[in-house]
Amino acid sequence: MMLRSDVLLAILGMAAVTYLCRAGGYAALRAMRPPPFVERLLQYLPGCLFVAYVVPGVAQLGLAGWAAAVACVLVQARTRNYALSAVAGVGTVWLLRLAGQ
Amino acid sequence: MQVIFTRAGVRSGARAAVPLLLGMAPFGLVTGVVAQQHGLSLLETVLMSALVFAGSAQLLALEFWADPVPFGTVVLAAFAVNLRLAPMGPALALWLDRLHGWRLWGTLATMVDHSFALSIGEQRAGGRDAGFMLGVGLLLWAVWNGLVIAGFLAGSAVRVPAGHPLFFAATATFLAMLVPLWRGRARDLWPWLVAGGLALLARGLEVPAPAPLLLGAFTGAALGAWRDGRAA
Repeated sequence: MMLRSDVLLAILGMAAVTYLCRAGGYAALRAMRPPPFVERLLQYLPGCLFVAYVVPGVAQLGLAGWAAAVACVLVQARTRNYALSAVAGVGTVWLLRLAGQ
Repeated sequence: MQVIFTRAGVRSGARAAVPLLLGMAPFGLVTGVVAQQHGLSLLETVLMSALVFAGSAQLLALEFWADPVPFGTVVLAAFAVNLRLAPMGPALALWLDRLHGWRLWGTLATMVDHSFALSIGEQRAGGRDAGFMLGVGLLLWAVWNGLVIAGFLAGSAVRVPAGHPLFFAATATFLAMLVPLWRGRARDLWPWLVAGGLALLARGLEVPAPAPLLLGAFTGAALGAWRDGRAA
């Protein structure tokens, strides 16, 4: 099995900066307590992060994307089942594509 | 407040993560296919998935793959995509502050969007077992590597065209994760609208990733923090 040295080096470099991202933010916080504003901001960050993550991808698909987003959220709210919600989203995009949207 | 870290917590986290696997599957398979197409060996592909464990970073880095590998470019790509993970640890401080050694730094090593979202939900629901987060992360890590290997072996046999509805599975999973994060209109409506609107606007202006994501997320969260500060 092949393992090129330049590939190994690149993978180790990617792994190192990725761990820095995962642990670095918390390490900085542990070293010094943040001001109250930052603490409040961190409570809002989870939701805002995921909204900012999904909206451009949904909008890119146009009407099918928005319809699928509504389907995902409704199914998740009703069933609390992530797998069903994913099926509802993909199914909606698929059906609307077939329908020529 | 008492925070614990038990084997039962790890197991319950792994169980909670099972329904997420379906949404992750297309992404992992595609990452394996793309690695194979860019000439990586199976060993190199597995090493990357196991050590980096970040799908979008792996895919973006593979876009720049060449012989020899442009070290600076792929490392910078991984850094840019994964910068979004940096503020997640601080947001989980309620649990992480009580952990030490491998439990702390190992849990952080397995942290991905999914384990972060599920753990925030578990925390807000009163969960006090920080092992939950490691359980989610470990299961996703194991399955992620399996998916990438399967994709690599299937190679070009399972060619899925770009833009296929299956790729919506990843977005759909993140949309579903928003449901338990919603704390009601009074708190979250405006921060979320601002976050999504700004991200969309920045993307429309072709601001390179991950700037639209970070700009939207931090502005929305700052609005919420500023409003709560005035009310207090």
